[in-house]
Amino acid sequence: MHKGMVIRKNEYHDSVFLMRVAKRISEQEGILQAVLFMGTEKNKGFLAEIGFTAGELAPASPGDLILAVEATTPEILTDVLKNMDGWLQPEPGSGTAAAVRSLDEALTRLPRANLAVISVPGFYAAREAQQALERGLNVFIFSDNVPVESERALKEYARERGLIVMGPDCGTAIIGGIGIGFANVVRRGPVGVIGASGTGIQEFTCLVHQAGSGISQAIGIGSRDLSDELGGISLLCALEALEKDNRTETIALLSKPPGPLALSNLLPKILQCQKPVVVCFLGGKKEPAPPDRLFQQARTIDEAVALAVRNVQGQLPPDFSSTAGDLEVLVSRERRAMNPSQRYVRGIFAGGTFCYQAQQIFNDAGLAAYSNAPIAGNLRLSDPLQSKEHSLVDMGADEFTAGRPHPMIDSRQRRERLLAEAKDPMVAGILLDFLLGFNSAADPVGELAPAIAEAKGEFKKRGGFLSVVASVCGTDGDPQSLCEQVARLEAEGVVVLPSSARAARFAAMLALQLKGGLSDVR
Amino acid sequence: MSDKFKELLEQGPQVINIGVQDFAANLQIQGVKVVQLNWVPPAGGDREMMDLLDQLL
Repeated sequence: MHKGMVIRKNEYHDSVFLMRVAKRISEQEGILQAVLFMGTEKNKGFLAEIGFTAGELAPASPGDLILAVEATTPEILTDVLKNMDGWLQPEPGSGTAAAVRSLDEALTRLPRANLAVISVPGFYAAREAQQALERGLNVFIFSDNVPVESERALKEYARERGLIVMGPDCGTAIIGGIGIGFANVVRRGPVGVIGASGTGIQEFTCLVHQAGSGISQAIGIGSRDLSDELGGISLLCALEALEKDNRTETIALLSKPPGPLALSNLLPKILQCQKPVVVCFLGGKKEPAPPDRLFQQARTIDEAVALAVRNVQGQLPPDFSSTAGDLEVLVSRERRAMNPSQRYVRGIFAGGTFCYQAQQIFNDAGLAAYSNAPIAGNLRLSDPLQSKEHSLVDMGADEFTAGRPHPMIDSRQRRERLLAEAKDPMVAGILLDFLLGFNSAADPVGELAPAIAEAKGEFKKRGGFLSVVASVCGTDGDPQSLCEQVARLEAEGVVVLPSSARAARFAAMLALQLKGGLSDVR
Repeated sequence: MSDKFKELLEQGPQVINIGVQDFAANLQIQGVKVVQLNWVPPAGGDREMMDLLDQLL
């Protein structure tokens, strides 16, 4: 194995571009690993962990670009490192960025701009956001790792000036029918949604679309907005806006459970809203609140969709009426060819919220599961790389994405994990999620399909059967096409269910049946 | 309710994109007016120099 690196002084490229280039390099013959990123302390820490020395890393500053490669031969290594300019060529059709160097210059080019979308490294994001707010722009901050005190200062500043800060760590919004960040192409309609999680918003908006309704606005508020430190500043701003928005007839609110102080402050305000509000605090309990036709609570995202769609259409969408009995038939069919040693389910998630929701569904069914991101009452995996018993793993968590692409962009790590799980003869089921839409991988199912076939083949050889269940979050309007992605999975013998919650219920039911328990999975 | 946020919801976004260029490209595909800022880390990423520059400007 041969390792080497190149540092280019004062050269910046955005993180998504760099991930894509690193992926292309990794796919070359003889390349074991390739990372391409800016020389921040965190990134240098990652390179130190994989064996680069302090002396090699010392010259790199946060404003410098690093390409680090492990290759099978010194010749391949040299060739890759020498071709830095070639790798960094813009992709065909990507266009070239106009040479706009400052926010003020950008504003002279687009004087009616009303939103700054910020996705620079977290270290710089608050500074850029403050400058945008000072110029009267609303702000969408995709970046994470923004200090909580900076987030609070930005949100308070915005509130005083009639602006909103969506984020930090905001993956998705749909504003006036336009998808921002990782968003799907959905119909416009009367359902408004406010969400602390990007994948949660994606799932909700796609399911509302599948149910025949549509989205007025989807407003991301960032993962920490409902914490006690933030108190739901952006949530309240969004709620007030949607209450007055003529297009919005009902409002859904998706988040992990708020902090206790934030909740006691927010709940009375939510209860006062003059439009029906569906609240889904994933992983939490239902809040004690007076029965009220305007305040409804859901345990899962698909339940929140059903309530919201019923609020605007008067009845539940037909596809939402399938029962535990329907799933049971599917589970029994999948179990038929399994051998007695197969007992456990392994979830390998791209969407952190889906991992979280699946854990809740397992808990509600009386099943304990291990996770690298356990919810209250679950067990932490001592080694995130090594599953135990039932394991539900968030592959988008920091330990998997430091220095490596997020699974929504590149499935390599999920592919490797799937093949590793297939070596464990005690595994009975694999639970997967796929996310389509703007900015996601061009063919997420295609990247995993060969590994699914290989994993299923391993079990067949051993005289068993591997059940693979998946959900695909997307629509036929998305660049990747839901219909084609689902068809590809079904061709590999995957059970494809219409929501992440339903796929998790299937997996929980499989686990219960293998344990000989009751199929009480709702 | 806030005017500028209300305007954004009613009129739809016109965007200044600071960072990931794919975000700008996918907004343009949807017919949105976007200006991409050719962003580089201020002061080469040197925090002290950045603070100093902010004070001067």
